[in-house]
Amino acid sequence: MGFRHDVGQRRYRFDDLRCLLAKASPPRSGDLLAGVAAQSEEERVAARWALAELPLAHFLDEAIVPYEEDEVTRLIIDHHDAAAFAEIAHLTVGEFREWLLADDTDGARLAAIADGLTPEMAAAVSKLMRNQDLVLAASKRRVVTRFRNTLGLAGRLAVRLQPNHPTDDVRGVAAAILDGLMYGCGDAVIGINPAGDGLAAIVDLLHLTDEIRTRFDIPTQTCVLTHVTNTLRAIEAGAPVDLVFQSIGGTEATNRSFGVDLAILAEAQAAALALGRGSVGDNLMYFETGQGSALSADAHHGADQQTLEARAYGMARRFDPLLVNTVVGFIGPEYLYDGREITRAGLEDHFCGKLLGLPMGCDVCYTNHAEADQNDMDNLLTLLAAAGVNFVMGVPGADDIMLNYQSTSFHDALYLRRLFGLDRAPEFDDWLERIGITDAGGRLLPPTPSHPLLGMADALERAP
Amino acid sequence: MNRGAPPDPWHRLRALTAARIAIGRAGGSLPTREMLSFSLDHARARDAVHQALDRAALQEALRERGLRGLSVHSAAADRAEFLRRPDLGRRLTADSRARLQAAGEDTGYDLALVLADGLSAIAVQRHALALLDALLPPLSDWRLAPIVIAEQARVALGDDIGAALGARQVVMLIGERPGLSSPDSLGLYLTHEPRPGRSDADRNCLSNVRPEGLAPAAAARRLDHLIRGARALGASGIALKDDFSEDGPALA
Repeated sequence: MGFRHDVGQRRYRFDDLRCLLAKASPPRSGDLLAGVAAQSEEERVAARWALAELPLAHFLDEAIVPYEEDEVTRLIIDHHDAAAFAEIAHLTVGEFREWLLADDTDGARLAAIADGLTPEMAAAVSKLMRNQDLVLAASKRRVVTRFRNTLGLAGRLAVRLQPNHPTDDVRGVAAAILDGLMYGCGDAVIGINPAGDGLAAIVDLLHLTDEIRTRFDIPTQTCVLTHVTNTLRAIEAGAPVDLVFQSIGGTEATNRSFGVDLAILAEAQAAALALGRGSVGDNLMYFETGQGSALSADAHHGADQQTLEARAYGMARRFDPLLVNTVVGFIGPEYLYDGREITRAGLEDHFCGKLLGLPMGCDVCYTNHAEADQNDMDNLLTLLAAAGVNFVMGVPGADDIMLNYQSTSFHDALYLRRLFGLDRAPEFDDWLERIGITDAGGRLLPPTPSHPLLGMADALERAP
Repeated sequence: MNRGAPPDPWHRLRALTAARIAIGRAGGSLPTREMLSFSLDHARARDAVHQALDRAALQEALRERGLRGLSVHSAAADRAEFLRRPDLGRRLTADSRARLQAAGEDTGYDLALVLADGLSAIAVQRHALALLDALLPPLSDWRLAPIVIAEQARVALGDDIGAALGARQVVMLIGERPGLSSPDSLGLYLTHEPRPGRSDADRNCLSNVRPEGLAPAAAARRLDHLIRGARALGASGIALKDDFSEDGPALA
């Protein structure tokens, strides 16, 4: 079935829901590259009018990617909760936007409908929302997860400490971890992107981070962000694995390009759960996503990149993740061209993820061939903090020397704490005060010469 | 700048990593010197992305070495289109393809070398000739195609170039995406029997070629090993293992 909207004398037609969503999407280079974007600004707005009038219930009858061909579609449809949907079943997409923004729609009401929403519904309504709408609606919804600390509480912001090194040198990694801890970062996770995928190096890094964590009794979790099959091998080898990391996308074919499917993720989750390493909770999956991955893998089925991104969240939520991170500007300008497109995508991803019940964080980032700079990152970071983002990245000086891109820094987190009065995860805040990194108000203290972490610095420096 | 926020007490750990650790703070914010230092590195990386390839200088340098150079252009008209449309950067203009076909020889070529701007023209400008100087002497008995200078080029443009020339192997010497600390890093991509439709799995890559990374002369030795290996194997890519050792071939 098709859709149409008349603008004056001109009638715009949209062949199907997939086409309607793509044409209604705010402009971005990846949709142009895929050939699915609106041909004119007028067509884009015509598509939004048609989308606004579409009943949400229609989304249960028309799949973006065929049910028979795609296990992500099957997961979405088979887990749809009709009882949770009942509250909003009578609304059109345009009315749903207003419902989200209504004063009496609070976090509890949003949580109650989450399982009644499909990712495509979340993507659809986001296309009718301005940036301020995305910030306001997302800010109502807190998603709290736990492993060794409590993430996502109101008034809190966590940081992933990202101590990457181009050759996985353990002393170089340890130096960056120490730097981040001294800046009060690392409550979301101490998470390393390894330069290689050799098992020995991965196991070394797992032991290094686990030793630092246990030596200083830090209430946080550690992770080496390697392929899920490597993590399974590390578990079999007896390595200390807290979290299971994996990049995922919104179609079965995208996931196949990453070398994963639902079954292997479930197997890895079960293996990590069996280790019983969480102290305050069992959320142990860590997913990373980003608009454009499906197109990059030639697995987009003619759908727009933002709708496919939301489908990745629909998949992620079936694994009760501790962390979901949209790596928004990493993929490059052929998918998100400039600071404006990166900003928009970051706000959409955070909003859609939260609406679907995910603990959303964002790697606010860019590459050097994108039309973006630190000012764009400052803007998106500030907007996401206002929207209640669960966590952001902490990279020394915002410069990732292994992945060659710019993310956010330990200093950026301090800026947000000062500006918005945001605390860290409660267990981590207590630890920082106990070990003398912060005062009772959570502000950094000048380190005393006898500080235990400076003792670690001395030992690192002296090591052969 | 001598005054301003001092570095942190653990600053000696900087010897262990190039990461921007122990940089100090003004309140919670960056010291001025660190903000400016970052800005300078980003400015250099941005300039590297947008600087045009100096074709004339490369042609002149090739002439001095007694090498013939041929300039071609991808279907991406300019840098803005190149950045948005990677597909266009992977194919030649019709005119460029015709010129390469005209330069083909009945016997075919063993090897085509392409100097390509990619995402950093200065990488090619600074390091490609040093690499050729080290690479070519041991290959004197190879039938070498004219050296191709390619603008607005992605790695896969080499497939189109190699096919048009009728070359059995193509090596792209291409500017990599600039990092904050490495604006002039060159990548080398070898493809055996190049033709449009080849994938990354069909190539072998040597990355981070620059004096501070993999030095051009060392990169030339590794590349020599790879192209001889690909000729012996009749394939490049995942089938060809990069088992090069500076100490000679490893014992099987």
